[in-house]
Amino acid sequence: MTWNKIRPYLMISPAILVFSLFFIYPICYMIYLSMHDWNFVSPEKNFVGTANFTNLVSEKEFIEVMQNTFVYTALTVSLTIIIALILAVWLNKSGTIYGFVQGAIFSPHIISLVSISMLWMWLMDTDYGLLNWFLNLFGLPSVPWLTDPSTSLLSLAIVAIWKGIGFNTLIFIAGLQSIPRDIYEAAALDGTNRIRTFIKLTLPMLSPTLFFLTIIGIINSFQVFETISIMTQGGPINSTNTFVYYIYEYGFRFFKIGYASAAGVILLVIISIFTIMYFRLLARRVHYQ
Amino acid sequence: MAEIILKNISKKFKEEEVVKNLNVTIRDGSFTVLVGPSGCGKSTTLRMIAGLEQQSSGDIWIGDECVNDLPPGKRNIAMVFQNYALYPTMTVRGNIEFGLKNKKVPKKEREILIREISEIVGLTDYLDKKPNKLSGGQRQRVALARAMVKKPKVFILDEPLSNLDAKLRSQMRSELIQLHKKLGTTFVYVTHDQVEAMSMGDEIAILNKGTIQQMGSPMNVYHEPNNIFTAEFIGTPAMNIFEYNKVKDHLSNLSRKVKFVGFRPEHALLALTEKEKDAGYLKLASEIITMETLGAETIYTVKNEAGVMHIKSFIPPFENAKELLVSIPYEKLYFFDQEGKRYRSVSTRQMDTALAGGA
Repeated sequence: MTWNKIRPYLMISPAILVFSLFFIYPICYMIYLSMHDWNFVSPEKNFVGTANFTNLVSEKEFIEVMQNTFVYTALTVSLTIIIALILAVWLNKSGTIYGFVQGAIFSPHIISLVSISMLWMWLMDTDYGLLNWFLNLFGLPSVPWLTDPSTSLLSLAIVAIWKGIGFNTLIFIAGLQSIPRDIYEAAALDGTNRIRTFIKLTLPMLSPTLFFLTIIGIINSFQVFETISIMTQGGPINSTNTFVYYIYEYGFRFFKIGYASAAGVILLVIISIFTIMYFRLLARRVHYQ
Repeated sequence: MAEIILKNISKKFKEEEVVKNLNVTIRDGSFTVLVGPSGCGKSTTLRMIAGLEQQSSGDIWIGDECVNDLPPGKRNIAMVFQNYALYPTMTVRGNIEFGLKNKKVPKKEREILIREISEIVGLTDYLDKKPNKLSGGQRQRVALARAMVKKPKVFILDEPLSNLDAKLRSQMRSELIQLHKKLGTTFVYVTHDQVEAMSMGDEIAILNKGTIQQMGSPMNVYHEPNNIFTAEFIGTPAMNIFEYNKVKDHLSNLSRKVKFVGFRPEHALLALTEKEKDAGYLKLASEIITMETLGAETIYTVKNEAGVMHIKSFIPPFENAKELLVSIPYEKLYFFDQEGKRYRSVSTRQMDTALAGGA
């Protein structure tokens, strides 16, 4: 009898073990470290309590990092979704040209972010970049894409949008195709114009897709790292420093592990909130057939 | 209310012609059923009337207006779809009033209309529910209400009952007939089910391979089929049809054009032995294969020299019999030529004399 009780636990124990080792343990260790002062090499870790957290939130640099991350996320997610939705509605047809465009805009998704960063650094170069060359061609002044604090974050957002659109469009197209055609026929017989059909039928029917992409987009852009690390290193003047890059710098360049872990814990909390929201709201608000 | 006229309508999907030069007049106020096997073009025809499909050639008239270039919303047609096609994100009320809102009907008027219609179809208690909370029958009613509330000139129904279970289907069938009587609007109804066609339509158009085989009242197409297709398609069990050659001994001297002979299962008389030598019957000694007793009637599947045939009988079943004598009155026989067309110039008198020498 006891065997029957033990067996299920035994069966899932390998999975639990792996999960604990690679997920639970690092998280716990990070929380543990966030309450200590440690430089990565010294044998002793000094317990400092919540000092790391209070220092973090009172520091101007960290507040900027938070702001940057939020602005970057808002820009990236909203623009990616709007542009992808428009593209999806346009591309949701059969035909060689549509298939080609779909494939073309999806291709950035499979290219490594490092290559993309190198490519865009070249495109956005203030003096020799292709973008400014185009602007000059039309008599417009050069834009200091990555070198000016007022445009640098937006420039990084453009790269993220460029990379994300293909994937988002593809998911939107899948969503559009799952909407039964006869609903549109019924709407046509009801004399519905195209804009009203889109707002009253397509958008509500797409709400699960829309919601999924929004949350995934938010979680992803909160974790932006590669482009910043390669293109701007958080600069100029801290204008592109975001959460993960900040954690990286403090942890692995300044070796303030406790401090970096504290920032990591805050990021964990923020992302957890979005994740919980995702699953909670998904069950309730969003329409499913 | 309006008459629908299809003039030389053809529809091609790429190379395949699914509707071939169709000419049909659907009477104003009629309940016309387009019936045929799947792929016969009935749904395509319906969708062309609705404007969801553009005909490759020909003209469609609704009332005294040629609607070739009118979008579906402007044709004053309401359609009930096979899968209901309700708007899943809207409540029942939202579904019903969507078309009215498009037409900018004022709120007060909308409410009166919705109350009126939902009472007719019995949905008053469900107005604030979403379609996914409703049963199949209720969804069907919402679809009907949504169609009715527009007060269209023509109702179009595309296999609306095929997703319902048998009991609900027969209930909705009679409700639709009543609804048609009440509204008096032209109904065009598509189905592959000949029982539905027979029971509901006051006019039936039988389609096969994109052409109309026959059009007429249910009784007319049942008793006077123009060809083998119609004869076999309408009626359960289907009409028994066999080659004339196989019964030539019993039925000699018929025209050489006659290639097939048929009779309705219920027209045959059954007996264990031949009682008397009465003329005027085609008599076939048959072996019983199966016997289905349905209470009021019994359906026998029998085998004889002409082949396998079904007989419907209303007399008490022959419980232990292995063999039967099937007698079909001459006047109940149907004759068809090589192409399956009805061959009508065989009179019973002709057969009587023919038989005198034959049997």
